[in-house]
Amino acid sequence: MKYTAQDFKSDQEVKWCPGCGDYSILAAVQRAFPELCETLGYTKEQFVFVSGIGCASRFPYYMDTYGFHGIHGRAAAIATGVKVANPSLTVWQISGDGDALAIGGNHFIHAIRRNIDINILLHNNQIYGLTKGQYSPTSKLGKVTKTSPYGTVEHPFNPGELVLGARGTFFARTIDVDVKLTSEIMLASARHDGTAVTEILQNCVIFNDGAHAAVTQKAVRDDRTIVLRHGEPMIFGLNRDKGLMLDGLQLKVVRIGEKGITEKDILVHNAQEPNPGIHMMLVNMQAPDFPVALGVIRAVSDKTYDDSVRDQVLHIQANAGIKNVDDLLHSGSTWSVER
Amino acid sequence: MPHKIIDVTDVTIRFSGDSGDGMQLTGTLFTDAAAVLGNDFSTFPDFPAEIRAPQDTVSGVSGFQVRIGSRDVRTPGDLCDVLVAMNPAALFANAQWAKPTATVILNADAFEERNITRAGFTTDNPITELHLDDRTILFAPITTLTKESLKDSGLDMKTIVRSKNMFALGICFFLFNRPLQPTFDYFERKFAKKPELIAANNKVLQDGFNYAENIHAIQNTYNIKPAKQAPGTYRNINGNQATAWGFIAASEKSGRPLFCGSYPITPATGILEELALRKDLGVKTLQCEDEIAGICTAIGAAYAGNLAITTTSGPGLSLKSEALGLAVMTELPLVVVDVQRSGPSTGIPTKTEQTDLNQALYGRNGECPMVVMAARSPSHCFDAAFWAAKLAMEHMMPVMLLSEGFLGNGSEPWRIPAMKDCPSIDPPIVPANDPAYYPFVRDAERLARRWALPGTPGLMHRIGGLEKNNKGGVSSDPLVHEQMIGERAAKVAKVADYIPPLQVDGAQDGDVLVVGWGGTFGHLYTAVQQMQAGKRRIGLAHFDYINPLPKNTADVFRRFKNIIVCELNSGQFAAYLRDRHQPFFYHQFNKIQGQPFTVSEIVTAVRKLL
Repeated sequence: MKYTAQDFKSDQEVKWCPGCGDYSILAAVQRAFPELCETLGYTKEQFVFVSGIGCASRFPYYMDTYGFHGIHGRAAAIATGVKVANPSLTVWQISGDGDALAIGGNHFIHAIRRNIDINILLHNNQIYGLTKGQYSPTSKLGKVTKTSPYGTVEHPFNPGELVLGARGTFFARTIDVDVKLTSEIMLASARHDGTAVTEILQNCVIFNDGAHAAVTQKAVRDDRTIVLRHGEPMIFGLNRDKGLMLDGLQLKVVRIGEKGITEKDILVHNAQEPNPGIHMMLVNMQAPDFPVALGVIRAVSDKTYDDSVRDQVLHIQANAGIKNVDDLLHSGSTWSVER
Repeated sequence: MPHKIIDVTDVTIRFSGDSGDGMQLTGTLFTDAAAVLGNDFSTFPDFPAEIRAPQDTVSGVSGFQVRIGSRDVRTPGDLCDVLVAMNPAALFANAQWAKPTATVILNADAFEERNITRAGFTTDNPITELHLDDRTILFAPITTLTKESLKDSGLDMKTIVRSKNMFALGICFFLFNRPLQPTFDYFERKFAKKPELIAANNKVLQDGFNYAENIHAIQNTYNIKPAKQAPGTYRNINGNQATAWGFIAASEKSGRPLFCGSYPITPATGILEELALRKDLGVKTLQCEDEIAGICTAIGAAYAGNLAITTTSGPGLSLKSEALGLAVMTELPLVVVDVQRSGPSTGIPTKTEQTDLNQALYGRNGECPMVVMAARSPSHCFDAAFWAAKLAMEHMMPVMLLSEGFLGNGSEPWRIPAMKDCPSIDPPIVPANDPAYYPFVRDAERLARRWALPGTPGLMHRIGGLEKNNKGGVSSDPLVHEQMIGERAAKVAKVADYIPPLQVDGAQDGDVLVVGWGGTFGHLYTAVQQMQAGKRRIGLAHFDYINPLPKNTADVFRRFKNIIVCELNSGQFAAYLRDRHQPFFYHQFNKIQGQPFTVSEIVTAVRKLL
C-alpha cells in the first residue's frame, strides 16, 4: 500500500506554539513515513508512537497511528513493554530533554543498554517548555532561567555521549528545521535493529529562543555543522573546503588545499565501527572550534533485546517437557488420594 | 526398652538455626515427606532479612515451622510440639514458641560458652535461664556425630559439617515414625550429577534416625495418620508459586500472552523467579531497572495486547503509584501483586503484615478507584491470581491483588485443578476495521471499554494520561471530566455483580461475627471452628474481595450482635468498613508485630466480647 504524508496526519488540532521546532519535526516524520513504509514493507497499523510528558510528548496525538501518551519520564519503559509484547510492531518514542534525560534518565540508559529495537526521537531544546521555562539537564552551564535566576551551576549532559556511554548502537543528530536531513535519518533509524536514538536540536521559540542558533542559523550552518554519512569523507563548510583529520588522539579541523592537505587526507566516516572512540569525539565536537556533528554518527549492528527474548523462548520450547498448564501443575512431586 | 507409639491428630515442629544451617531446606523436606504420607500441612518460614548475619547471634536465626495433621490443617500452629535449635541463639529466639509439653532437640556441640554468650544469655545454663527445665530435652552432639558419620566419605570438612541439618532431620523422622524414602528420592534428584553427595546425605539422614532409636532417650514417638482429603492429585505449593501459576493459567485460558515486568523485592521476588522459569510456556519476564519501569513496561505490554502483570511489595507499590493512575486512566488490563511485608519504609522486609490496604485502596492522585482483592492461603493465590487476571481483562482495568509474606513463603497441599474446569476468560478484543470503535465507548453490562490491539488494521487510536472523552479525544471540558470520573468509578463498582457473595463459616447468625481478609484466614477459621463447641454462636466472614465489597456484606453483618474485625494492621479494613457500611459497630483486634496471628489470641479476643 502506498501512503502519503497526509495518511499519517491525525484529526487532532496541533497545539504547539507558533514557530515551535516541533512542527518541522512532525512534518519531517510525516514526510519520511510513506517512503519508510515502502522501503521496509511496513503498514500503518504497525506503528506505535509512545511519549512521556512535555511539549514534544503531545506528538502521538498528531500521528494517525497507534499512540500512547504516558507519564513523565517513562516513555522508554512503556515503549519497551510494547515492543517485547509484540515485536512485529515498529515503536517510536518521543521525548524531550527533561523527559528522557532527567526524570527518565534511568529508563533511557537501560533501554539503550538492552538494545531493544525502538526508535527514540529526543527533542532537545535545552529547557522545560511545558512548565514554562526552567533549566533542563541539557541547558548550558550558567544558563539563566526561572529556576536558575543567577545562572545554572551544573554541567549539562551531551545526549550522544550518554548514548555511547550506555553502549548505544545507534546515534544520530539533526536540526528541527532541516526536514530533509531529519527524514533521511528517520529512515536510517527505522532500518537499524536496536535502540536508535536521534537527537533533534529543537528550538523553543518561547522560553529558549535561539538556543541552537549559533550552530543552526542558515547563514552559519554550513560552516558550523558537518553532516556525516557512512563511507564519505568528513568534509564541511559553505565551500566544502574544510575537513576533519586525526591529530594524534585528537580531531582537528583542516582546510583542504592548505599545507598540502587534499581530500584524501580527510577522515572517512565509519558509522559501523564498533569501537566508539572516534564516535565519542564526533558527538562531543562543539562550536566554535569544531563543527557540530549531524547525520548518523553511529550505527553498529548487535543482537536486539526483543530478538533475544524470542530466541530464548523458542529454544527452551523446542526441548520442553511442559507444553501446557496442565503439564505444569502436574510437574515435580505430586501424590494421589484415592476415593 | 522399646518406645511407645502414640497416635496424634496433629503436631507442630519448628526448625531453627543459623541462617547458614539449612533450616528452610530441613523444614521443606520434613513437609514433603508428610505430603507423601497424605498428611495435611501448613508451613511458615520465618527468616531474617540478612542472608548470613553474624554466626551465633539472634539476628541471624532462621526458622521454619510446619504443622502436619490427620485432619484439616489451616495454620502452621501457634506453639510447637518439637523445637529443633541448632545453636544457643536459635534456642534463645524460639523458646517462646515451644509448648510446655514440647520436646526440644539441641545440637550440644554448639552449646559452648562462647556461643552461649554471643546468643545473649547472661548465665552459662540456657535451659534454666529460659525456664525449660521441665521440657524433654534431647541434647545431641549433632556436629560430632555428623563428622563421625561421614569420616570415610572423602568429603571436605566444610561439606560434612553442612550436612548436620540432615542428621537433625533424621532424628525428627524417628520421632514421628516417618519413612526416609521420600527424602532419599529428593537427594537422588537434587544431586543427580554428584553421587557422592547422594550417598553422604542418605547416610547422615539414616544415622540421625538410628541415633534417635538407639539412645533410648525417647520414650514416646508419634504417629500422624493420613488426613481425609478429597480424591485427586495433590502437590505442595507456596503462595508465590501459586500466584505465578494462576497468571499462567489465565494466560492460557484467555489466549493472551503473559508479560511480567518487575523489579526484585522481598518477599515478592519468588513470583518473578517462577515466571522466569516458564519460557516453555512462552512467558515473557523483564527484570527492569526499577519498580516504575516494572509497571510501565507492563502497561506498554497491556496496550499491545498481552496479559500484563507487575509484582512487588509495599515500598515498590509506593513507587508504582503514579503509573497505577495511568493504568486506571487508560483503562488497560493489568494486575499488580503486592506481597505485603512490614512497613513503613524498608520496615522488616522478611516479616509479614497487612499494612498496605490503605495504599492499595487510596494511594493514588486524583479520583482513582481500583479493584482490590486479597488471597487467603498459599494455594488460594492460584485462584486469586486467575480471577484478578480475568477481571482485569474482561472489565478492562487494573486490579490490585494483595498477598502477604506469610502466604508467599508459606506452603500447603493443593488439589491440582484441571484447566478444563477453570472458567473461560473472554477479553473484549475489537475486530479489524470496526467502524463503531472508539477508545472509551463502553458495553452496557460491565461498562468496560474494548481492547483495540496495535497492529490491527483500521483501529488506530491514541490514549494516555490526559482526560479524554468517550471518543478518545483529549478533553478538559468540566462536565466530560466529571462524567468520565463517574464512569470509571461505576465500572469498578459493577464488578460486584461478577464476584461471589460473602460466605459465612461457622454459625450463620448469632453473637459474634469474626471479620477478616487476606492471609489471616487459616488462623481465623481455626479459631472460629474451635469456638463452635461452645454455646455462643460465632461465625467467620472472610473477604477475598475488598473493592468492591460483596453485595451481601450488610446482610451478613446484620445477622450478628457483634462484629470484630481482625487484621495485621492498626485497623485499616475496619476503617474502610465504617466508611462503606456505617450502621454497624466494628470491634477491632489488631496485631502489628511482623508475625501472623495465633489461634489462641484470636479466641481470647473474641471471648472478651461475650
